[in-house]
Amino acid sequence: MKTIWTIARRELGAYFSSPVAYVFIVIFLLLNGFFTFMVGRFFERGSADLLTFFVWHPWLYLFLVPAVGMRLWSEELRLGTMELLFTMPVTTWQAILGKFLASWLFLLIALALTFPMVVTVAYLGHPDLGRILAGYGGSFLMAGAFLAITCMTSSVTRNQVVSFILSVVICLFLILCSWPPVTDTVVNWAPAWLIDTLAGVGVMTHYEGFQRGVIDSRDLIYFLSMIVFFLFATSVILRARRG
Amino acid sequence: MITVEKLTKSFGPKLAVDNISFSVEKGEVLGFLGPNGAGKSTSMRMITGFLSPSAGKVSVCGFDVVEQGLKSRSKLGYLPENAPMYSDMSVFGFLSFCAELRGLFGNAKQKAIDRAVQLCFLEPVLLQSVDTLSKGYRHRTCLAQAIIHDPEVLILDEPTDGLDPNQKHEVRTLIRDMGRDKAIIFSTHILEEVEAACTRAIIIDRGKIVANGTPDELKARAPLAGTIVVGVKGVPWRAIQPEFAGLHFLGKSELISESDSRTMFRLHPNGDLLPELLALAQRQQWQVEHLNVDEGRLDDVFRSITLPDTERASVE
Repeated sequence: MKTIWTIARRELGAYFSSPVAYVFIVIFLLLNGFFTFMVGRFFERGSADLLTFFVWHPWLYLFLVPAVGMRLWSEELRLGTMELLFTMPVTTWQAILGKFLASWLFLLIALALTFPMVVTVAYLGHPDLGRILAGYGGSFLMAGAFLAITCMTSSVTRNQVVSFILSVVICLFLILCSWPPVTDTVVNWAPAWLIDTLAGVGVMTHYEGFQRGVIDSRDLIYFLSMIVFFLFATSVILRARRG
Repeated sequence: MITVEKLTKSFGPKLAVDNISFSVEKGEVLGFLGPNGAGKSTSMRMITGFLSPSAGKVSVCGFDVVEQGLKSRSKLGYLPENAPMYSDMSVFGFLSFCAELRGLFGNAKQKAIDRAVQLCFLEPVLLQSVDTLSKGYRHRTCLAQAIIHDPEVLILDEPTDGLDPNQKHEVRTLIRDMGRDKAIIFSTHILEEVEAACTRAIIIDRGKIVANGTPDELKARAPLAGTIVVGVKGVPWRAIQPEFAGLHFLGKSELISESDSRTMFRLHPNGDLLPELLALAQRQQWQVEHLNVDEGRLDDVFRSITLPDTERASVE
Protein backbone atom coordinates (compact mmCIF):
# COMPACT_ATOMS: atom_id res chain seq x y z
CA MET A 1 0.00 0.00 0.00
CA LYS A 2 2.81 2.36 0.94
CA THR A 3 4.57 1.46 -2.29
CA ILE A 4 1.47 2.26 -4.35
CA TRP A 5 1.19 5.61 -2.62
CA THR A 6 4.89 6.39 -3.17
CA ILE A 7 4.54 5.70 -6.89
CA ALA A 8 1.27 7.63 -7.12
CA ARG A 9 2.78 10.64 -5.34
CA ARG A 10 5.75 10.71 -7.72
CA GLU A 11 3.41 10.49 -10.69
CA LEU A 12 1.21 13.34 -9.41
CA GLY A 13 4.34 15.37 -8.74
CA ALA A 14 5.38 14.78 -12.35
CA TYR A 15 2.07 16.26 -13.55
CA PHE A 16 2.32 19.39 -11.47
CA SER A 17 6.05 19.96 -11.97
CA SER A 18 5.39 20.81 -15.62
CA PRO A 19 2.97 23.41 -16.99
CA VAL A 20 1.05 20.66 -18.78
CA ALA A 21 -1.14 19.99 -15.74
CA TYR A 22 -2.25 23.61 -15.44
CA VAL A 23 -2.79 23.96 -19.17
CA PHE A 24 -4.86 20.80 -19.12
CA ILE A 25 -7.05 21.97 -16.26
CA VAL A 26 -7.62 25.38 -17.84
CA ILE A 27 -8.55 23.85 -21.18
CA PHE A 28 -10.85 21.35 -19.49
CA LEU A 29 -12.66 24.10 -17.59
CA LEU A 30 -12.87 26.44 -20.60
CA LEU A 31 -14.26 23.74 -22.87
CA ASN A 32 -16.74 22.70 -20.20
CA GLY A 33 -18.00 26.25 -19.89
CA PHE A 34 -18.10 26.77 -23.62
CA PHE A 35 -20.09 23.61 -24.34
CA THR A 36 -22.45 24.04 -21.41
CA PHE A 37 -23.31 27.70 -21.91
CA MET A 38 -22.72 28.41 -25.61
CA VAL A 39 -23.42 25.14 -27.40
CA GLY A 40 -25.71 23.61 -24.79
CA ARG A 41 -27.70 26.84 -24.28
CA PHE A 42 -27.79 26.38 -20.53
CA PHE A 43 -29.62 29.63 -19.80
CA GLU A 44 -32.18 29.34 -22.61
CA ARG A 45 -33.22 25.92 -21.36
CA GLY A 46 -34.29 27.43 -18.06
CA SER A 47 -33.95 24.13 -16.24
CA ALA A 48 -32.13 23.77 -12.92
CA ASP A 49 -30.01 20.75 -13.80
CA LEU A 50 -26.57 20.04 -15.24
CA LEU A 51 -27.70 17.90 -18.16
CA THR A 52 -26.06 20.19 -20.72
CA PHE A 53 -22.89 20.00 -18.64
CA PHE A 54 -22.60 16.23 -18.32
CA VAL A 55 -23.74 15.43 -21.84
CA TRP A 56 -20.47 16.76 -23.30
CA HIS A 57 -18.15 14.85 -20.97
CA PRO A 58 -17.72 11.71 -23.15
CA TRP A 59 -16.54 13.94 -25.99
CA LEU A 60 -14.23 16.00 -23.80
CA TYR A 61 -12.75 12.90 -22.21
CA LEU A 62 -12.28 11.35 -25.63
CA PHE A 63 -9.32 13.68 -26.17
CA LEU A 64 -8.38 14.93 -22.74
CA VAL A 65 -8.08 11.60 -20.90
CA PRO A 66 -5.69 10.07 -23.47
CA ALA A 67 -3.70 13.31 -23.25
CA VAL A 68 -3.39 12.87 -19.49
CA GLY A 69 -2.55 9.17 -19.57
CA MET A 70 -0.45 8.80 -22.73
CA ARG A 71 2.82 9.30 -20.93
CA LEU A 72 2.20 6.88 -18.07
CA TRP A 73 4.17 3.94 -19.46
CA SER A 74 5.54 5.26 -22.76
CA GLU A 75 7.67 7.70 -20.80
CA GLU A 76 9.04 4.86 -18.64
CA LEU A 77 9.83 2.91 -21.80
CA ARG A 78 11.46 5.87 -23.52
CA LEU A 79 13.62 6.90 -20.56
CA GLY A 80 14.43 3.32 -19.59
CA THR A 81 13.26 3.98 -16.03
CA MET A 82 11.06 0.90 -16.23
CA GLU A 83 14.24 -1.08 -15.65
CA LEU A 84 14.82 0.90 -12.50
CA LEU A 85 11.25 0.61 -11.28
CA PHE A 86 10.94 -3.13 -11.77
CA THR A 87 14.27 -3.93 -10.15
CA MET A 88 13.04 -2.27 -6.98
CA PRO A 89 10.99 -4.37 -4.58
CA VAL A 90 7.81 -3.38 -6.44
CA THR A 91 5.27 -5.70 -8.04
CA THR A 92 3.82 -5.05 -11.48
CA TRP A 93 0.38 -4.45 -9.95
CA GLN A 94 1.66 -1.96 -7.42
CA ALA A 95 3.28 0.03 -10.21
CA ILE A 96 0.21 -0.12 -12.45
CA LEU A 97 -2.18 0.85 -9.66
CA GLY A 98 0.07 3.63 -8.41
CA LYS A 99 0.27 5.23 -11.81
CA PHE A 100 -3.40 4.72 -12.60
CA LEU A 101 -4.58 6.14 -9.29
CA ALA A 102 -2.34 9.18 -9.66
CA SER A 103 -3.81 10.05 -13.05
CA TRP A 104 -7.32 9.31 -11.88
CA LEU A 105 -6.80 11.58 -8.90
CA PHE A 106 -5.55 14.26 -11.26
CA LEU A 107 -8.73 13.93 -13.34
CA LEU A 108 -10.75 14.10 -10.12
CA ILE A 109 -9.05 17.38 -9.25
CA ALA A 110 -9.90 18.78 -12.69
CA LEU A 111 -13.49 17.57 -12.34
CA ALA A 112 -13.81 19.00 -8.84
CA LEU A 113 -12.75 22.40 -10.15
CA THR A 114 -15.98 22.54 -12.16
CA PHE A 115 -17.82 23.22 -8.86
CA PRO A 116 -18.85 26.75 -10.00
CA MET A 117 -21.33 24.97 -12.28
CA VAL A 118 -23.06 23.47 -9.27
CA VAL A 119 -22.96 26.81 -7.49
CA THR A 120 -24.53 28.46 -10.55
CA VAL A 121 -27.51 26.10 -10.80
CA ALA A 122 -27.97 26.15 -7.04
CA TYR A 123 -28.09 29.95 -7.14
CA LEU A 124 -30.49 30.10 -10.08
CA GLY A 125 -32.91 27.41 -9.02
CA HIS A 126 -33.47 24.38 -6.87
CA PRO A 127 -31.57 21.53 -8.54
CA ASP A 128 -31.71 17.91 -7.48
CA LEU A 129 -28.29 17.68 -5.79
CA GLY A 130 -28.41 13.90 -5.58
CA ARG A 131 -28.81 13.73 -9.32
CA ILE A 132 -25.88 16.09 -9.85
CA LEU A 133 -23.73 13.98 -7.53
CA ALA A 134 -24.67 10.84 -9.47
CA GLY A 135 -23.74 12.70 -12.66
CA TYR A 136 -20.33 13.51 -11.25
CA GLY A 137 -19.89 9.90 -10.13
CA GLY A 138 -20.70 8.61 -13.62
CA SER A 139 -18.39 11.15 -15.20
CA PHE A 140 -15.55 10.16 -12.87
CA LEU A 141 -16.07 6.45 -13.58
CA MET A 142 -16.09 7.05 -17.33
CA ALA A 143 -12.86 9.02 -17.02
CA GLY A 144 -11.43 6.03 -15.14
CA ALA A 145 -12.44 3.61 -17.88
CA PHE A 146 -10.89 5.80 -20.59
CA LEU A 147 -7.79 6.19 -18.44
CA ALA A 148 -7.41 2.42 -18.05
CA ILE A 149 -7.58 2.13 -21.85
CA THR A 150 -4.89 4.80 -22.19
CA CYS A 151 -2.80 2.98 -19.59
CA MET A 152 -2.88 -0.08 -21.81
CA THR A 153 -2.10 1.76 -25.05
CA SER A 154 0.79 3.59 -23.40
CA SER A 155 2.35 0.29 -22.35
CA VAL A 156 2.36 -0.80 -25.99
CA THR A 157 4.66 1.90 -27.32
CA ARG A 158 7.42 4.24 -26.24
CA ASN A 159 5.92 6.90 -28.48
CA GLN A 160 3.40 9.07 -26.65
CA VAL A 161 1.67 10.23 -29.83
CA VAL A 162 1.01 6.65 -30.94
CA SER A 163 -0.28 5.83 -27.50
CA PHE A 164 -2.59 8.88 -27.65
CA ILE A 165 -4.02 8.00 -31.05
CA LEU A 166 -4.58 4.33 -30.21
CA SER A 167 -6.40 5.31 -27.07
CA VAL A 168 -8.60 7.88 -28.86
CA VAL A 169 -9.57 5.27 -31.45
CA ILE A 170 -10.61 2.72 -28.81
CA CYS A 171 -12.51 5.29 -26.77
CA LEU A 172 -14.22 6.64 -29.88
CA PHE A 173 -15.37 3.14 -30.74
CA LEU A 174 -16.82 2.71 -27.24
CA ILE A 175 -18.66 6.02 -27.52
CA LEU A 176 -20.00 5.54 -31.05
CA CYS A 177 -21.27 1.99 -30.70
CA SER A 178 -23.92 3.13 -28.25
CA TRP A 179 -24.41 6.71 -29.38
CA PRO A 180 -28.05 7.15 -30.52
CA PRO A 181 -27.31 8.86 -33.89
CA VAL A 182 -25.14 5.86 -34.84
CA THR A 183 -27.34 3.14 -33.40
CA ASP A 184 -30.38 4.73 -35.06
CA THR A 185 -28.90 4.37 -38.53
CA VAL A 186 -27.54 0.90 -37.91
CA VAL A 187 -30.80 -0.39 -36.49
CA ASN A 188 -32.34 -0.68 -39.98
CA TRP A 189 -30.03 -3.35 -41.29
CA ALA A 190 -28.02 -4.86 -38.44
CA PRO A 191 -29.34 -7.88 -36.57
CA ALA A 192 -30.82 -7.20 -33.17
CA TRP A 193 -28.22 -9.21 -31.23
CA LEU A 194 -25.41 -7.11 -32.71
CA ILE A 195 -27.12 -3.87 -31.72
CA ASP A 196 -27.70 -5.17 -28.22
CA THR A 197 -24.11 -6.33 -27.84
CA LEU A 198 -22.74 -3.04 -29.10
CA ALA A 199 -25.02 -1.08 -26.82
CA GLY A 200 -23.89 -3.25 -23.92
CA VAL A 201 -20.22 -2.69 -24.72
CA GLY A 202 -20.64 1.03 -25.43
CA VAL A 203 -20.06 3.71 -22.86
CA MET A 204 -23.10 5.91 -23.57
CA THR A 205 -25.86 3.58 -22.40
CA HIS A 206 -24.08 3.10 -19.11
CA TYR A 207 -23.23 6.75 -18.69
CA GLU A 208 -26.78 8.01 -19.31
CA GLY A 209 -28.17 6.29 -16.24
CA PHE A 210 -25.93 8.36 -14.00
CA GLN A 211 -27.05 11.59 -15.69
CA ARG A 212 -30.66 10.76 -14.88
CA GLY A 213 -29.61 10.26 -11.27
CA VAL A 214 -29.96 6.48 -11.40
CA ILE A 215 -27.07 4.47 -10.04
CA ASP A 216 -27.64 1.04 -11.52
CA SER A 217 -25.37 -1.70 -10.22
CA ARG A 218 -24.96 -2.98 -13.79
CA ASP A 219 -23.54 0.39 -14.86
CA LEU A 220 -21.22 0.44 -11.87
CA ILE A 221 -20.05 -3.08 -12.67
CA TYR A 222 -19.59 -2.11 -16.32
CA PHE A 223 -17.23 0.76 -15.54
CA LEU A 224 -15.34 -1.06 -12.81
CA SER A 225 -14.88 -4.15 -14.95
CA MET A 226 -13.66 -1.97 -17.84
CA ILE A 227 -11.03 -0.52 -15.52
CA VAL A 228 -10.00 -3.92 -14.18
CA PHE A 229 -9.90 -5.49 -17.63
CA PHE A 230 -7.71 -2.83 -19.24
CA LEU A 231 -5.37 -2.62 -16.25
CA PHE A 232 -5.06 -6.38 -16.41
CA ALA A 233 -4.25 -6.10 -20.12
CA THR A 234 -1.59 -3.54 -19.15
CA SER A 235 -0.01 -5.98 -16.73
CA VAL A 236 0.03 -8.71 -19.38
CA ILE A 237 1.72 -6.39 -21.88
CA LEU A 238 4.28 -5.18 -19.35
CA ARG A 239 5.16 -8.74 -18.33
CA ALA A 240 5.50 -9.76 -21.98
CA ARG A 241 7.84 -6.82 -22.58
CA ARG A 242 10.15 -8.14 -19.90
CA GLY A 243 10.26 -11.52 -21.60
CA MET B 1 25.48 -14.57 -2.27
CA ILE B 2 24.79 -14.58 -5.98
CA THR B 3 24.41 -17.97 -7.59
CA VAL B 4 23.83 -18.34 -11.30
CA GLU B 5 23.08 -21.82 -12.58
CA LYS B 6 22.83 -22.76 -16.24
CA LEU B 7 21.30 -19.40 -17.04
CA THR B 8 19.99 -19.12 -20.60
CA LYS B 9 18.11 -16.39 -22.41
CA SER B 10 16.91 -16.44 -25.98
CA PHE B 11 15.16 -13.69 -27.88
CA GLY B 12 13.30 -15.56 -30.59
CA PRO B 13 15.85 -17.68 -32.42
CA LYS B 14 18.78 -15.61 -31.10
CA LEU B 15 20.57 -17.03 -28.09
CA ALA B 16 21.74 -14.03 -26.03
CA VAL B 17 23.00 -15.89 -22.98
CA ASP B 18 23.94 -19.52 -23.33
CA ASN B 19 24.04 -21.74 -20.26
CA ILE B 20 26.29 -19.71 -17.98
CA SER B 21 27.02 -20.62 -14.35
CA PHE B 22 29.04 -18.82 -11.70
CA SER B 23 28.75 -17.56 -8.17
CA VAL B 24 29.88 -14.49 -6.29
CA GLU B 25 30.55 -14.53 -2.56
CA LYS B 26 30.56 -11.75 -0.01
CA GLY B 27 33.76 -9.72 -0.26
CA GLU B 28 34.16 -10.41 -3.95
CA VAL B 29 34.12 -7.88 -6.76
CA LEU B 30 33.45 -9.64 -10.01
CA GLY B 31 34.33 -7.90 -13.26
CA PHE B 32 32.11 -8.79 -16.16
CA LEU B 33 33.96 -8.38 -19.44
CA GLY B 34 33.02 -8.96 -23.00
CA PRO B 35 32.60 -7.28 -26.37
CA ASN B 36 29.43 -5.34 -27.13
CA GLY B 37 26.44 -7.61 -27.56
CA ALA B 38 28.12 -10.50 -25.75
CA GLY B 39 25.23 -10.85 -23.31
CA LYS B 40 26.59 -8.91 -20.33
CA SER B 41 23.60 -6.62 -19.89
CA THR B 42 21.13 -9.42 -20.54
CA SER B 43 22.76 -11.54 -17.85
CA MET B 44 22.69 -8.67 -15.39
CA ARG B 45 19.07 -7.95 -16.16
CA MET B 46 18.21 -11.53 -15.36
CA ILE B 47 20.13 -11.42 -12.08
CA THR B 48 18.25 -8.28 -11.06
CA GLY B 49 14.94 -9.90 -12.00
CA PHE B 50 14.09 -7.42 -14.76
CA LEU B 51 14.14 -10.07 -17.47
CA SER B 52 12.96 -13.58 -16.79
CA PRO B 53 15.36 -16.36 -17.82
CA SER B 54 14.44 -18.77 -20.62
CA ALA B 55 16.09 -21.52 -18.59
CA GLY B 56 18.27 -21.84 -15.52
CA LYS B 57 18.15 -20.35 -12.06
CA VAL B 58 19.47 -17.28 -10.31
CA SER B 59 19.40 -16.73 -6.58
CA VAL B 60 20.40 -13.66 -4.63
CA CYS B 61 21.07 -14.09 -0.90
CA GLY B 62 19.31 -17.42 -1.11
CA PHE B 63 16.16 -16.05 -2.74
CA ASP B 64 15.19 -17.21 -6.22
CA VAL B 65 14.81 -14.13 -8.41
CA VAL B 66 11.75 -15.48 -10.20
CA GLU B 67 9.85 -17.13 -7.38
CA GLN B 68 10.86 -14.80 -4.54
CA GLY B 69 11.40 -11.71 -6.64
CA LEU B 70 10.38 -9.16 -4.06
CA LYS B 71 12.79 -10.53 -1.47
CA SER B 72 15.70 -10.95 -3.86
CA ARG B 73 15.17 -7.46 -5.29
CA SER B 74 15.09 -5.89 -1.85
CA LYS B 75 18.59 -7.32 -1.24
CA LEU B 76 20.22 -5.81 -4.29
CA GLY B 77 21.03 -2.46 -5.74
CA TYR B 78 21.20 -2.00 -9.49
CA LEU B 79 22.71 0.62 -11.74
CA PRO B 80 21.27 0.03 -15.24
CA GLU B 81 23.21 0.88 -18.37
CA ASN B 82 22.97 4.57 -19.37
CA ALA B 83 21.73 5.50 -15.87
CA PRO B 84 18.02 6.06 -16.57
CA MET B 85 16.22 8.56 -14.33
CA TYR B 86 12.91 10.41 -14.20
CA SER B 87 13.76 13.62 -16.00
CA ASP B 88 11.20 15.76 -14.17
CA MET B 89 12.69 15.26 -10.70
CA SER B 90 15.47 16.88 -8.70
CA VAL B 91 18.38 14.77 -7.51
CA PHE B 92 17.04 14.90 -3.97
CA GLY B 93 13.48 14.08 -5.09
CA PHE B 94 14.73 11.14 -7.10
CA LEU B 95 16.79 9.72 -4.25
CA SER B 96 13.93 10.28 -1.84
CA PHE B 97 11.56 8.40 -4.17
CA CYS B 98 13.99 5.48 -4.47
CA ALA B 99 14.55 5.40 -0.71
CA GLU B 100 10.80 5.19 -0.09
CA LEU B 101 10.41 2.37 -2.59
CA ARG B 102 13.15 0.63 -0.61
CA GLY B 103 11.02 1.00 2.50
CA LEU B 104 12.95 3.86 4.09
CA PHE B 105 10.91 6.68 5.59
CA GLY B 106 11.43 9.65 7.90
CA ASN B 107 14.70 9.71 9.76
CA ALA B 108 16.06 6.52 8.24
CA LYS B 109 15.38 7.93 4.76
CA GLN B 110 17.18 11.19 5.52
CA LYS B 111 20.19 9.29 6.87
CA ALA B 112 20.30 6.98 3.86
CA ILE B 113 20.14 9.91 1.44
CA ASP B 114 22.86 11.81 3.31
CA ARG B 115 25.13 8.78 3.24
CA ALA B 116 24.58 8.08 -0.48
CA VAL B 117 25.03 11.75 -1.36
CA GLN B 118 28.28 11.86 0.54
CA LEU B 119 29.65 8.64 -0.97
CA CYS B 120 28.84 9.76 -4.51
CA PHE B 121 29.85 13.44 -4.06
CA LEU B 122 26.44 14.81 -4.99
CA GLU B 123 26.16 17.79 -2.60
CA PRO B 124 26.68 20.44 -5.30
CA VAL B 125 23.75 19.25 -7.41
CA LEU B 126 21.33 18.04 -4.74
CA LEU B 127 18.54 20.41 -5.70
CA GLN B 128 19.27 20.50 -9.42
CA SER B 129 16.89 18.89 -11.91
CA VAL B 130 18.06 15.49 -13.09
CA ASP B 131 17.57 16.69 -16.66
CA THR B 132 20.29 19.33 -16.43
CA LEU B 133 23.00 17.12 -14.92
CA SER B 134 26.27 16.43 -16.67
CA LYS B 135 26.92 12.82 -17.61
CA GLY B 136 29.22 12.28 -14.67
CA TYR B 137 26.70 13.53 -12.14
CA ARG B 138 23.92 11.56 -13.84
CA HIS B 139 25.84 8.35 -13.42
CA ARG B 140 26.72 9.10 -9.85
CA THR B 141 23.12 9.99 -8.99
CA CYS B 142 21.98 6.68 -10.38
CA LEU B 143 24.79 4.97 -8.47
CA ALA B 144 23.62 6.71 -5.30
CA GLN B 145 20.18 5.25 -5.95
CA ALA B 146 21.71 1.77 -6.16
CA ILE B 147 23.53 2.02 -2.82
CA ILE B 148 20.92 4.03 -0.93
CA HIS B 149 19.67 1.06 1.11
CA ASP B 150 23.19 -0.28 1.69
CA PRO B 151 22.41 -3.51 -0.17
CA GLU B 152 24.30 -6.77 0.28
CA VAL B 153 24.51 -7.27 -3.46
CA LEU B 154 25.34 -4.64 -6.08
CA ILE B 155 24.92 -5.04 -9.82
CA LEU B 156 26.50 -2.21 -11.79
CA ASP B 157 26.21 -2.06 -15.57
CA GLU B 158 29.12 0.03 -16.85
CA PRO B 159 29.35 2.29 -13.79
CA THR B 160 32.25 4.33 -15.15
CA ASP B 161 30.93 4.86 -18.65
CA GLY B 162 31.22 8.51 -19.65
CA LEU B 163 33.11 9.67 -16.57
CA ASP B 164 36.33 11.66 -16.71
CA PRO B 165 39.54 10.01 -15.44
CA ASN B 166 39.24 11.52 -11.95
CA GLN B 167 35.65 10.43 -11.56
CA LYS B 168 36.52 7.00 -12.88
CA HIS B 169 39.16 6.72 -10.22
CA GLU B 170 36.71 7.77 -7.50
CA VAL B 171 34.04 5.33 -8.60
CA ARG B 172 36.59 2.52 -8.84
CA THR B 173 37.84 3.26 -5.34
CA LEU B 174 34.27 3.34 -4.12
CA ILE B 175 33.55 -0.04 -5.70
CA ARG B 176 36.69 -1.58 -4.22
CA ASP B 177 35.90 -0.22 -0.76
CA MET B 178 32.30 -1.39 -0.83
CA GLY B 179 33.43 -4.76 -2.15
CA ARG B 180 34.88 -5.67 1.23
CA ASP B 181 31.50 -6.45 2.77
CA LYS B 182 29.27 -6.86 -0.28
CA ALA B 183 29.05 -9.03 -3.34
CA ILE B 184 29.48 -6.85 -6.42
CA ILE B 185 29.19 -7.57 -10.12
CA PHE B 186 30.15 -4.82 -12.51
CA SER B 187 30.54 -4.81 -16.23
CA THR B 188 33.03 -2.71 -18.11
CA HIS B 189 34.93 -2.31 -21.35
CA ILE B 190 37.93 -0.82 -19.63
CA LEU B 191 40.40 -3.53 -18.77
CA GLU B 192 42.55 -1.51 -16.44
CA GLU B 193 39.45 -1.15 -14.29
CA VAL B 194 39.37 -4.88 -13.78
CA GLU B 195 42.91 -4.82 -12.46
CA ALA B 196 42.16 -1.82 -10.28
CA ALA B 197 38.95 -2.96 -8.64
CA CYS B 198 38.17 -6.63 -9.19
CA THR B 199 39.05 -9.69 -7.21
CA ARG B 200 37.87 -11.89 -10.05
CA ALA B 201 36.88 -11.47 -13.67
CA ILE B 202 34.69 -13.33 -16.11
CA ILE B 203 34.99 -12.87 -19.85
CA ILE B 204 31.81 -13.58 -21.73
CA ASP B 205 31.58 -13.86 -25.49
CA ARG B 206 28.59 -14.67 -27.67
CA GLY B 207 26.60 -15.66 -24.59
CA LYS B 208 29.17 -18.05 -23.16
CA ILE B 209 31.73 -17.73 -20.37
CA VAL B 210 35.13 -18.07 -22.03
CA ALA B 211 37.35 -17.22 -19.06
CA ASN B 212 36.91 -17.03 -15.30
CA GLY B 213 39.71 -16.23 -12.85
CA THR B 214 41.60 -13.59 -10.89
CA PRO B 215 43.06 -10.77 -12.98
CA ASP B 216 46.54 -12.32 -12.53
CA GLU B 217 45.37 -15.73 -13.69
CA LEU B 218 43.79 -14.17 -16.73
CA LYS B 219 46.87 -12.16 -17.56
CA ALA B 220 48.94 -15.35 -17.46
CA ARG B 221 46.87 -16.54 -20.39
CA ALA B 222 48.18 -13.75 -22.62
CA PRO B 223 50.21 -15.06 -25.56
CA LEU B 224 53.31 -13.12 -24.45
CA ALA B 225 52.92 -13.62 -20.69
CA GLY B 226 56.14 -14.87 -19.09
CA THR B 227 58.40 -13.93 -21.98
CA ILE B 228 61.58 -12.04 -21.17
CA VAL B 229 62.55 -8.89 -23.02
CA VAL B 230 66.23 -8.04 -22.89
CA GLY B 231 68.17 -5.02 -24.14
CA VAL B 232 71.95 -5.36 -24.50
CA LYS B 233 74.30 -2.44 -25.20
CA GLY B 234 76.62 -2.52 -28.16
CA VAL B 235 76.52 -6.23 -29.06
CA PRO B 236 74.99 -7.12 -32.42
CA TRP B 237 72.28 -9.80 -32.71
CA ARG B 238 74.46 -12.11 -34.78
CA ALA B 239 76.96 -12.20 -31.89
CA ILE B 240 74.29 -12.78 -29.25
CA GLN B 241 72.11 -15.43 -30.83
CA PRO B 242 74.71 -18.24 -31.11
CA GLU B 243 75.33 -18.07 -27.35
CA PHE B 244 71.74 -19.18 -26.68
CA ALA B 245 72.68 -22.72 -27.65
CA GLY B 246 73.74 -23.30 -24.05
CA LEU B 247 70.39 -22.32 -22.55
CA HIS B 248 68.31 -25.35 -21.54
CA PHE B 249 65.05 -23.63 -20.90
CA LEU B 250 64.82 -21.44 -23.97
CA GLY B 251 61.91 -22.13 -26.29
CA LYS B 252 62.23 -19.50 -28.93
CA SER B 253 64.12 -16.28 -29.36
CA GLU B 254 63.28 -13.34 -31.56
CA LEU B 255 64.83 -10.00 -32.37
CA ILE B 256 62.74 -6.96 -31.58
CA SER B 257 65.04 -4.17 -32.71
CA GLU B 258 68.68 -3.63 -33.39
CA SER B 259 70.70 -0.44 -33.62
CA ASP B 260 74.34 0.47 -33.13
CA SER B 261 73.81 1.27 -29.49
CA ARG B 262 71.36 -1.42 -28.38
CA THR B 263 69.92 -4.79 -29.31
CA MET B 264 66.46 -5.73 -28.02
CA PHE B 265 65.21 -9.30 -28.14
CA ARG B 266 62.44 -11.43 -26.68
CA LEU B 267 62.95 -14.90 -25.21
CA HIS B 268 60.14 -17.41 -24.79
CA PRO B 269 61.06 -19.67 -21.86
CA ASN B 270 59.90 -23.24 -21.33
CA GLY B 271 61.21 -23.42 -17.78
CA ASP B 272 63.27 -21.44 -15.29
CA LEU B 273 65.15 -19.40 -17.84
CA LEU B 274 65.98 -16.24 -15.95
CA PRO B 275 68.91 -17.46 -13.75
CA GLU B 276 70.47 -19.17 -16.78
CA LEU B 277 70.14 -16.03 -18.78
CA LEU B 278 71.67 -13.86 -16.07
CA ALA B 279 74.62 -16.25 -15.72
CA LEU B 280 75.11 -16.18 -19.48
CA ALA B 281 75.05 -12.40 -19.55
CA GLN B 282 77.64 -12.23 -16.80
CA ARG B 283 79.91 -14.73 -18.54
CA GLN B 284 79.72 -12.86 -21.81
CA GLN B 285 80.00 -9.50 -20.02
CA TRP B 286 76.99 -8.13 -21.82
CA GLN B 287 75.89 -4.74 -20.61
CA VAL B 288 72.20 -5.44 -19.96
CA GLU B 289 70.32 -2.15 -20.11
CA HIS B 290 66.80 -3.48 -20.12
CA LEU B 291 65.29 -6.58 -18.58
CA ASN B 292 61.59 -7.19 -18.26
CA VAL B 293 59.48 -10.26 -17.60
CA ASP B 294 56.20 -9.68 -19.42
CA GLU B 295 53.26 -10.11 -17.02
CA GLY B 296 50.84 -10.33 -19.86
CA ARG B 297 48.24 -7.73 -20.64
CA LEU B 298 44.51 -8.21 -20.18
CA ASP B 299 44.04 -6.48 -23.51
CA ASP B 300 45.85 -9.29 -25.24
CA VAL B 301 43.96 -11.97 -23.33
CA PHE B 302 40.70 -10.27 -24.12
CA ARG B 303 41.51 -9.98 -27.78
CA SER B 304 42.84 -13.48 -28.18
CA ILE B 305 39.75 -14.94 -26.47
CA THR B 306 36.96 -12.88 -27.92
CA LEU B 307 37.98 -12.20 -31.51
CA PRO B 308 36.31 -14.37 -34.14
CA ASP B 309 38.50 -17.33 -35.14
CA THR B 310 39.57 -15.90 -38.47
CA GLU B 311 40.80 -12.63 -36.98
CA ARG B 312 42.40 -14.40 -34.04
CA ALA B 313 44.78 -16.19 -36.35
CA SER B 314 46.05 -12.90 -37.71
CA VAL B 315 46.66 -11.51 -34.20
CA GLU B 316 48.74 -14.47 -33.16
